[in-house]
Amino acid sequence: MSDHSVDDIRAHVKIYMMVFGALAVLTTVTVAVSYLDLSIGPAIALALLIATVKASLVALFFMHLKGEVQWILWTLLLTAIFFIFLMFIPLSAFADHIGTPIEAPASTHGDSGEHGAH
Amino acid sequence: MSVVIPYNVELRADTGLYNAKLGIWLFLASEVMLFGALFSTYILLRTAAPEWPTGLLNVPIGFFNTLVLIGSSVTMVMSWASLKLNDYRKFRMYMALTLLCSLVFLSVKAYEYSDKFSHDHFPSTSTFFAIYFTLTGLHALHIIGGMLIMGYLVGPGSKMWKTEPDRFANRIEVVGLYWHFVDLVWIFLFPVLYLL
Repeated sequence: MSDHSVDDIRAHVKIYMMVFGALAVLTTVTVAVSYLDLSIGPAIALALLIATVKASLVALFFMHLKGEVQWILWTLLLTAIFFIFLMFIPLSAFADHIGTPIEAPASTHGDSGEHGAH
Repeated sequence: MSVVIPYNVELRADTGLYNAKLGIWLFLASEVMLFGALFSTYILLRTAAPEWPTGLLNVPIGFFNTLVLIGSSVTMVMSWASLKLNDYRKFRMYMALTLLCSLVFLSVKAYEYSDKFSHDHFPSTSTFFAIYFTLTGLHALHIIGGMLIMGYLVGPGSKMWKTEPDRFANRIEVVGLYWHFVDLVWIFLFPVLYLL
């Protein structure tokens, strides 16, 4: 992204405006989706999917990653690997409990009928 | 004896970049890990919590601020494009708009904070507010940092445009990369904190 002719820049400006429109629409969609009565799993998945698309648009076009040199792309790939690792660290909290016997809570309410299905 | 810092404008043969650009990307990589650690903390706190409050933040206000920040990213990239088109007047106008957007964003954030404080919602109130104030506070500090740099570049630092225009345009590109990153972080913060 270092050899910019005037025509290149003018073409870029058009793309910036289109990306701006897309980001505004996607932000509206994110909010609209949050008013749907989705359960928490699909709601998180959808919200993060839309956020990832928006972030990709910002990175590819505003930050000029589209067509960027290898040095930066490899640096970011390494960063992405570490980032993903970081996101999975909370799982280790669950791994702590692997092998620990699950104890049924003490029944203090007598027969509530919940156990009938088993 | 004057020392000339190399590769301000010309590209290094091995990286294909001017040095500041590689520098800002390495810095942004470290920023990804900083915010990543806090997002990871959020996941841990939320999955471990017996219940998680929702609907405590004002969605229309958050939505408005998201649009303001996206708008500031557009004006930022337009200010760089204006320099590349040799239009200094437009550059100043777009930079002023970027600063205005960031000021609006911060003012709205300050209003949100004061509203929370007036309802006795502090970082110590709950796990949710602890992570909310930490994440948005760190983000707001990044906004303030960006405003200081932009203020310098549109003010006293703009003299460089007359002596070394290419180097000045590169500085604007670098501060722009930082600014887009700050926008990018908010793109994730908004749904995570306000909507989910």
